[in-house]
Amino acid sequence: MYKIVKAEKLADMIYLMDVKAERVARHCQPGQFVIVKIDEIGERVPLTICDYDREAGTVTIVFQIVGASTERMSRLQEGDSFKDFVGPLGVASEFVTEDLEELKKKKILFVAGGVGAAPVYPQVKWLHEHGVEADVIVGSKTKDMLLLEDEMKAVAGNYYPCTDDGSYGHSGMVTTKIEQLVSEEGKKYDVCVAIGPMIMMKFVCLLTKKLDLPTVVSMNPIMVDGTGMCGACRLHVGDEIKFACVDGPEFDGHLVNFDESMERQTLYKTAEGRAWLKEKEGDTHHGGCGNCGGDE
Amino acid sequence: MADILKATPVREQDPKVRATNFEEVCYGYNKEEAMDEATRCLNCKNARCIQGCPVAINIPGFIMKVKDGDIEGAYEEIGKSSALPAVCGRVCPQESQCEAKCVRGIKGESVSIGKLERFVADYALENNISPKKAEKTNGHKVAVIGSGPAGLTAAGDLAKAGYEVTVFEALHELGGVLVYGIPEFRLPKDKVVKKEIEKVKELGVKFETNVVIGKSTTIDMLMEEEDFEAVFIGSGAGLPMFMGIPGETANGVFSANEYLTRSNLMKAYDNNYDTPIAAGKKVAVVGGGNVAMDAARTALRLGAEVHIVYRRSEEELPARVEEVHHAKEEGIIFDLLTNPIEILADDKGWVTGMKCIRMELGEADASGRRRPVPIPGSEFVIELDTVIMSLGTSPNPLIASTTKGLEINQRQCVVADDETGQTSKAFVFAGGDAVTGAATVILAMGAGKAGAKGIDEALSQK
Ligand SMILES: Cc1cc2nc3c(=O)[nH]c(=O)nc-3n(C[C@H](O)[C@H](O)[C@H](O)COP(=O)(O)OP(=O)(O)OC[C@H]3O[C@@H](n4cnc5c(N)ncnc54)[C@H](O)[C@@H]3O)c2cc1C
Ligand SMILES: Cc1cc2nc3c(=O)[nH]c(=O)nc-3n(C[C@H](O)[C@H](O)[C@H](O)COP(=O)(O)OP(=O)(O)OC[C@H]3O[C@@H](n4cnc5c(N)ncnc54)[C@H](O)[C@@H]3O)c2cc1C
Ligand code: SF4
Ligand code: SF4
Ligand code: FES
Ligand SMILES: [Mg+2]
Repeated sequence: MYKIVKAEKLADMIYLMDVKAERVARHCQPGQFVIVKIDEIGERVPLTICDYDREAGTVTIVFQIVGASTERMSRLQEGDSFKDFVGPLGVASEFVTEDLEELKKKKILFVAGGVGAAPVYPQVKWLHEHGVEADVIVGSKTKDMLLLEDEMKAVAGNYYPCTDDGSYGHSGMVTTKIEQLVSEEGKKYDVCVAIGPMIMMKFVCLLTKKLDLPTVVSMNPIMVDGTGMCGACRLHVGDEIKFACVDGPEFDGHLVNFDESMERQTLYKTAEGRAWLKEKEGDTHHGGCGNCGGDE
Repeated sequence: MADILKATPVREQDPKVRATNFEEVCYGYNKEEAMDEATRCLNCKNARCIQGCPVAINIPGFIMKVKDGDIEGAYEEIGKSSALPAVCGRVCPQESQCEAKCVRGIKGESVSIGKLERFVADYALENNISPKKAEKTNGHKVAVIGSGPAGLTAAGDLAKAGYEVTVFEALHELGGVLVYGIPEFRLPKDKVVKKEIEKVKELGVKFETNVVIGKSTTIDMLMEEEDFEAVFIGSGAGLPMFMGIPGETANGVFSANEYLTRSNLMKAYDNNYDTPIAAGKKVAVVGGGNVAMDAARTALRLGAEVHIVYRRSEEELPARVEEVHHAKEEGIIFDLLTNPIEILADDKGWVTGMKCIRMELGEADASGRRRPVPIPGSEFVIELDTVIMSLGTSPNPLIASTTKGLEINQRQCVVADDETGQTSKAFVFAGGDAVTGAATVILAMGAGKAGAKGIDEALSQK
């Protein structure tokens, strides 16, 4: 059993938990993920590692309610436990193994959509701790939905919040913010890291391709084992088939076939499931990109 | 005993009924039937059946005990060579191993060794008869990676010899393919697999689930930071292969591993569990091995019309004869000498059909089997909504790529000595599918035994 030592509601439908998982906390790196299972009947749910405390042996997860399992997870409280918590899975972000001096010369732009702010945070924090200040754009629907703002401000170079409704920061989509920074303000970036709903990552990539800005994305296809055993998570990266759980989850966004991956994400979405979603959550499954009409 | 040339028949669930449930197909012998069948064994001095068994169970030895009604004694005899007899009695390809060599088989039907073994093991499980434990530990720590048949056997044998053994398993359940691959209707999980693993626990073996070696920690770290003096790798061959034909990423194309894992490990066939499965209405399973039969029979039970699509002929089907027979009885349709060339999908990416080409058998190939060659112009389309690829698996490179000095071959298999399991790295041993590529339960167990012996020798010389 893996004890939840902290449980907090960050925003509507979005929850943060610190979970005691010593083996994961000891070796995990930014970019990696875990798979959690609530109890005997639970699904295996993949979640990005959002922070870790090697000393305390805890790992932080942040998740959004989008269906039955995440809803069930949201009801867990401090002192409860996950039956299973496995990781770290996947490959760490590339910069972790890059030459630090080379890395320090690079200008990196992070773009986070919705709950994607959570997985972006450990990456920006890692860079900050290694003397690299990266710029961060975070998009959300409203001010209330903006995640980890204080934490992010503390580790980011420039911090650019965007809201769809204009209630805070830049009014509009993250893509218009990127355009503004690069085309209007003439900022130069060597690499962009975009994490959020697939539809947001797709539109960011369409734009950065035009801007000739190499872009890394973190893919979140349907997974089962997370160790390369089932192939559920396969996707096209260029001409090649990759398994997101062992080859990723981060890939060259300009090579990923987003349309196919988005189709694959709908695999278990029955009509009934859609009805359930609508009733439970309205249109909150939203990444702040403005192009997304929910998860359809 | 009616006809001495014929084996005592075994009771099975009616095919029509069982096609709609996940209960075990074969009921096995009761004590009377088992004692009856045991009388057919000639107790041969030079028992050829033993040569056919990869772990060399003293077959006439245990059968004579069954004949006398001493089932506990029979269990003890089997236990000297096998840690998982209730499993092997069910899933060993007996017809090509022990039973293939039985002298009874020359004139009539071989002694039903597998069914007898299963009876003895089930009796022991039901009556809580435990294997013999080591008197005391010898203080040496050994790590075993993977809780499939290879790992369980190595762990059990090492514990019996006094070692402090910890098994590290990546998944949340123990048993390897026995829990995620082989379906409930062929190998019950709670009744058989869990209980047989309990027996390994009773020997003092510790288990840690949710530990992916190569990610959560590494072999080098286990040895340097956690004081394990030797490691046995029994990580199996879990990586699924795909055909590389167009359309394979369409919605409705699954690897057999995914389909079976959802149904078996995650219990998607049971509505009380959260994990979904897209069962399909009309399903093609591509391949002809045990895995293909299991996927097909699972899809059938989930309500689909199921076709096995195999590029060679019936004779070359690599699956166990019993499984093919059962599959046919249940209504699986065999489309033989047929090879897929493309998967067709609609504009939303959902499978609508599979384009295939008919094959004929040409000259024998390297495997000695006649090579299937396509018949030009014979392409046709099967309409369906689900395709399950069951083309074989290979070892996961995760461990090899994170362990310094561990040699693997071109097929990604860990290079290890047959007799001892010794790898290219000192105090690291390996066996089972990780070394041979996908094989059988009993071969993996044999390799686990060899590895345990190798480790014992290496550590006692240290
Ligand atoms: C590597 C990775 C990292 C992720 N990180 C986060 C994170 O940090 N925070 C977060 O909120 N979400 C994250 N997700 C997504 C999260 O796993 C899904 O939202 C969750 O599984 C939904 O389960 P559900 O039963 O609540 O919803 P469902 O109704 O079952 O599904 C809702 C959506 O989630 C997808 N989904 C369902 N089951 C799975 C599965 N087993 N694997 C992957 N996707 C699935 C479906 O395609 C669908 O689009 C991540 C996914 C992956 C693969
Ligand atoms: C569907 C199916 C049906 C089959 N039917 C039969 C049959 O009827 N008869 C027969 O004899 N054989 C059958 N087989 C083959 C047989 O099951 C295998 O040959 C046998 O299980 C191999 O045993 P193993 O211990 O080497 O590996 P596995 O059983 O594969 O176990 C390996 C274990 O190691 C774990 N692991 C892998 N990597 C790591 C890691 N990095 N860290 C920690 N743990 C790890 C895995 O999760 C797994 O639990 C079948 C196989 C399948 C898939
Ligand atoms: S273990 Fe397998 S091969 Fe050996 S006697 Fe039993 S059924 Fe036969
Ligand atoms: S070969 Fe057949 S008859 Fe002879 S000992 Fe073995 S099982 Fe009995
Ligand atoms: S989740 Fe099973 S192979 Fe990636
Ligand atoms: Mg779900």
